[in-house]
Amino acid sequence: MESITPILEFKKTCVSYTKQTMAVKYVSAAIEKNTITAIMGPSGCGKSTLLRAVNLMHNLYPNIRVDGEILLNGENIFSMAPIDVRARVGMVFQRPTPFPTMSIYDNVLSGFSLNGIRLSKSEKDLIVERCLKNVALWDEVKDVLNKKGTFLSGGQQQRLCIARALAMKPDVLLMDEPTSALDPIATKHIEELLLELQKEVTILIVTHNMGQAMRISSHSMFMYLGELIEYGDTKNLFSTPRDERTKAYLTGKIG
Amino acid sequence: MYSKTKHRLIKDKAILWGICILATLTAVPLFAILGEVFINGYVQLSWSFFTEPTPTAYKTMQAIENGERIPGGIANGIIGTILILNMAMIVAIPIGILCGIFLSENSKNRFAKIISYLTDLLQGTPSVIVGIVTYIWIVVPMKGYSAIAGSIALFIMMLPLIIRSTEETLKILPTSLKEAGLALGGNRVRVMLKVQLPAAFGGVFTGILLAISRVIGETAPLMFTALGCSFIRWSINKPISAVPLLIWEFFNDPYLQDMIWGASLFLLLFVLTLNVLSKYLKRKWNQ
Amino acid sequence: MNDKIYKIILFIATLVIPIICGGILYALVTDAYEAFEYFGFFKFLTSSEWRYTEGAEQYGALPFILGTLLTTFLALLFCIPFSLPVALFVGEYFKDTKIANFLSTVTDLLAGIPSIIYGLWGFYTLRPIIMSLNISPQGSGILTASLVLAIMIVPYAASLSAEFIKMVPNDLKESAYSLGATKYEVIKKIVFPVAGSGIFSSYVLAIGRALGETMTVTMLIGNTNNIPNSITSTGNSMASIIANQFGEADDLKLSSLIAIGLILFIITAIINMIGKIMIKHARIS
Repeated sequence: MESITPILEFKKTCVSYTKQTMAVKYVSAAIEKNTITAIMGPSGCGKSTLLRAVNLMHNLYPNIRVDGEILLNGENIFSMAPIDVRARVGMVFQRPTPFPTMSIYDNVLSGFSLNGIRLSKSEKDLIVERCLKNVALWDEVKDVLNKKGTFLSGGQQQRLCIARALAMKPDVLLMDEPTSALDPIATKHIEELLLELQKEVTILIVTHNMGQAMRISSHSMFMYLGELIEYGDTKNLFSTPRDERTKAYLTGKIG
Repeated sequence: MYSKTKHRLIKDKAILWGICILATLTAVPLFAILGEVFINGYVQLSWSFFTEPTPTAYKTMQAIENGERIPGGIANGIIGTILILNMAMIVAIPIGILCGIFLSENSKNRFAKIISYLTDLLQGTPSVIVGIVTYIWIVVPMKGYSAIAGSIALFIMMLPLIIRSTEETLKILPTSLKEAGLALGGNRVRVMLKVQLPAAFGGVFTGILLAISRVIGETAPLMFTALGCSFIRWSINKPISAVPLLIWEFFNDPYLQDMIWGASLFLLLFVLTLNVLSKYLKRKWNQ
Repeated sequence: MNDKIYKIILFIATLVIPIICGGILYALVTDAYEAFEYFGFFKFLTSSEWRYTEGAEQYGALPFILGTLLTTFLALLFCIPFSLPVALFVGEYFKDTKIANFLSTVTDLLAGIPSIIYGLWGFYTLRPIIMSLNISPQGSGILTASLVLAIMIVPYAASLSAEFIKMVPNDLKESAYSLGATKYEVIKKIVFPVAGSGIFSSYVLAIGRALGETMTVTMLIGNTNNIPNSITSTGNSMASIIANQFGEADDLKLSSLIAIGLILFIITAIINMIGKIMIKHARIS
């Protein structure tokens, strides 16, 4: 384990909204390449905040402060240009957010158009087909690529958003409770998809659903009151939690 | 493959600066206007400016020949404005509130939708047209300009403003408020008078203040209705002056140019105070 | 008092609105009729003569219609480069901050200044500047009127546009940022397309304001009854010719001025109606 450089590493990462209260306290952890890591914890424990810090989302809000380091392939993202970091780290949000004024086709390519990258028509077609196939949406939408993304069902929209993130070939894909707004069948589709995708991309997923964490993740983090309480192999964490608080959470006593 | 990060960041910064500069420039006219009116108007303000009517042509000429300050003030305009505005308010406030209640309670009914469109139409009607129409309606049949005609013109201008603010305030009240009142056995009149209107008081009141500040500076609709008058008068069926009308007169009279700024300062202070006050009260009552 | 009487009272009060609107249209149409009948409706619209020599009176609305359209169009043109930045400043860049609050208070106050005071400022401050820059010898004219008109409509366009810019969902913007876009790119590619119809409609309503603005234009446009041949030339708008000549007009001239009023009323009503309908659609979607 020591020999592989982690693709993502938290080093005493802190995030605070005000001077007094820290939402994330000194989190340190290393994420291996091509794994799915689930971040769990009761609401308000800082799991989303930690995830969003990896994409430098806090930079959009002037009163949020970060401390420590987050290393992406060994480079501290806090000292990089946010737009470069974000182009290499994809993100999928709780509610599906296809851009309402763009077609399905343009939605997949929105990462390029937003970054001002020009592509030829054949390049575009190739990317759209590859990404939509990646998220198992191609067969469903290949005849309606010019329709607005908002016409799709919730699950399809979320898969479109994943495709949009994958189009940029990110190193890491962040997912903030991506199935919480979806029905069970759509959730199952997304979970199967993530297991496929981990061959290509390292996934960090925030979830409040322990079943989901168990089904898809290889590693799990448990956070409580801003601290990373326990981090390890998902099976071990669920079967033999070392910390009392983890045990309490897993048995439903907190959360 | 990726276009230059640096180039994009510079462009982003440049746009931000451009927006800040242009937005700041937009604030310049306000301070330029305030500055001009204050500096020129301040020197003219005195007690007699508010208590005396506009000077006659003879007195003005005399003062100019002797190199003295032009005597007189804008008392006739102030009294006219108060008279016209009060008459307009007495009618516009109750009718406006009643219409606002009607629109808030029947928002889905077809008749109410037509009324809503017509209220928008009225609100967008240029003030000069309100002046013409009031002239045709009132001045022609009464065979003369009058304070009544002026107040009817201002009434037409105030009405849609009061209707909209009342309607909007009532609409954002929680429906539970009305339901709770009705559940206690009150009929709809009582619930409206005892529960809904008191809860909406802040919004309705600030709406009225804003409506006053909008119409008090109106000149065009008064030119063809109240006409103007150079002495203090209290009758409502004769021509009467108003502060904006006086500014217009001073503007057109080469001998009275000096008095423009005092009258403007008075009007501007009044309008902006009402504006700031209504904004402050709105924020305070919203908390 | 029971519910029935309450409803009847509300209904009767509400009838005031259709009565006033109907009354405005009726009064304008009946009093404009004489001019339309004498000159012919189409001829009145297209004639550029405005002559009051007894016996050979000739009145046409064309110079004033063109004067109005030109001042409004120019005002819109001058207004956009300022109102759009203000809208972005208040609705996006510095959303919900004290400085944004200050700027929107400033624009609110600008909206509150009576138009006659704008006219004074234009006449005594802006006109000398125009003269000293040798843009036009007399200082007043279409350009001067449009510049002040632009300042007057900036608050309306800016505050409404800001409202629509604020309504763009935050998660949509975050999604765009998460793909690596800069703020400018997010605004250009996401905020403008999503808020576009709302922003557009706020400019339509601003046009509606500018069309009927009377005192400022009357004081600055130069009041000549010709078709303006350049943006620095003098002219008259529909509102300003009425303000200038209504007082001493009678008979045919009065009817002609009222006919111009009717045209102005109809144009503003159409523009405002379009704007309001667009705003309603933009708010729903």
